[in-house]
Amino acid sequence: MTDAYVSHADLGGTTGHGPIEPEPEGVVFHHGWEARALALTLAAGAPGGWNIDMSRSARETLPNYSDLSYYEIWTAALERLAVEHGLATAAELAAGGASAPGDPGRPVLAAHQVADALARGGPADRPPRGPARFAVGDRVVTRAGSVGHHTRLPAYAAGRTGTIERLHGAHVFPDTNARGLGEQPHWLYTVVFDAIDLWPDATPGQRVSIDAWEPYLSPADSGRTSETVAA
Amino acid sequence: MGHGHDHDGDHDDDDDHSELDPMDVRVRALETLLTDKGYVDPAALDELIDTYQTRVGPRNGARVVARSWVDPEFRDWLARDATAAIASLGFVGRQGEHMVAVEQTDDTHHLVVCTLCSCYPWPVLGLPPTWYKSAPYRSRAVRDPRGVLAEFGVTVPDDVGIRVWDSTAEVRYLVIPQRPAGTDGWSEEQLAELVTRDSMIGVGRPLDPAVPA
Repeated sequence: MTDAYVSHADLGGTTGHGPIEPEPEGVVFHHGWEARALALTLAAGAPGGWNIDMSRSARETLPNYSDLSYYEIWTAALERLAVEHGLATAAELAAGGASAPGDPGRPVLAAHQVADALARGGPADRPPRGPARFAVGDRVVTRAGSVGHHTRLPAYAAGRTGTIERLHGAHVFPDTNARGLGEQPHWLYTVVFDAIDLWPDATPGQRVSIDAWEPYLSPADSGRTSETVAA
Repeated sequence: MGHGHDHDGDHDDDDDHSELDPMDVRVRALETLLTDKGYVDPAALDELIDTYQTRVGPRNGARVVARSWVDPEFRDWLARDATAAIASLGFVGRQGEHMVAVEQTDDTHHLVVCTLCSCYPWPVLGLPPTWYKSAPYRSRAVRDPRGVLAEFGVTVPDDVGIRVWDSTAEVRYLVIPQRPAGTDGWSEEQLAELVTRDSMIGVGRPLDPAVPA
């Protein structure tokens, strides 16, 4: 038996979240601990060895996600990742101290390496494993239904018809990368929708785009058919 | 806690109650644990914080925008290959590995969001503001962009289309606002001062050149 995968972060189009609270440009952190939480998360990725998709998955599945501030989410997810990837034990976290020394074989980000590491970043493009299935202007239908694991197709854009606007090359596939199943790069496309095809009450002339990997997409003419067959 | 590091910001923001904040205690404990195990170098944390507090922020993006306003070749390059064009000004790396620039026009108003988390072009805009990462903006930007814009004080005429870019992959979007009228002959540096963070997300416009900063 597997627990159902629930993301609490898929917020597009949902209601009841209250007004937006703008803030001036110079504000970066609201408390000192937020800055430490950000830096710890960035630095711990080196010895932890997790990838960005695993981080996002750890954050979006926190049961109390919607009650937490942004850096509370980051902190809770970092604790979870640290345990899952062997940087600390749950007992050490609870006790607030190390009960055994760390593994000296793991890489550690030193202060003098920070600038280079940030400049390198983590490019997600990879050599394509085959030709792109879709071309600019093609009509496509997005995957419908839930997949039971981390994914980057927002619910509001699932099972909808849109148009390929741009090809971005092949990119690391979050759906597998988040689960430790490898990068399995797929072609990435910008797919644009008329908002009216997402929400019947949308204003005409409004368009919304997502970036979608090829496995999320079917040709619009046969999309219905393949869904019916799959069902 | 055997912890001698200077925690940037504590003394600016919450001096009165930092020792009572459970999150402060929790994050300090985590830092101590990972440091004691040899996995984290506190000096690297200081360096990371300093980078995003003092060196990487929306003034970088403002330079990109101002350059595009004065240099047609750069503007074309930005449209063709924003990653390379932006890199030519020295802005590269984490959360900006794959850049796309979208220009505001008379026909279309562009707006950027990440409904799934908080994707944002760090090298040109720095860390995202809290509202960008929060549920109200993430939920409504795709469904009611005109309402969202109104909350930021931006009115878009009915005959101008709205295009919302949901950053669902590792592509990061920078909005290039329109150059304000009345800035003929302005230098690139002067122009950059008109470019606000919000105008590069699509929820604001550049400052009015007639109003002294």
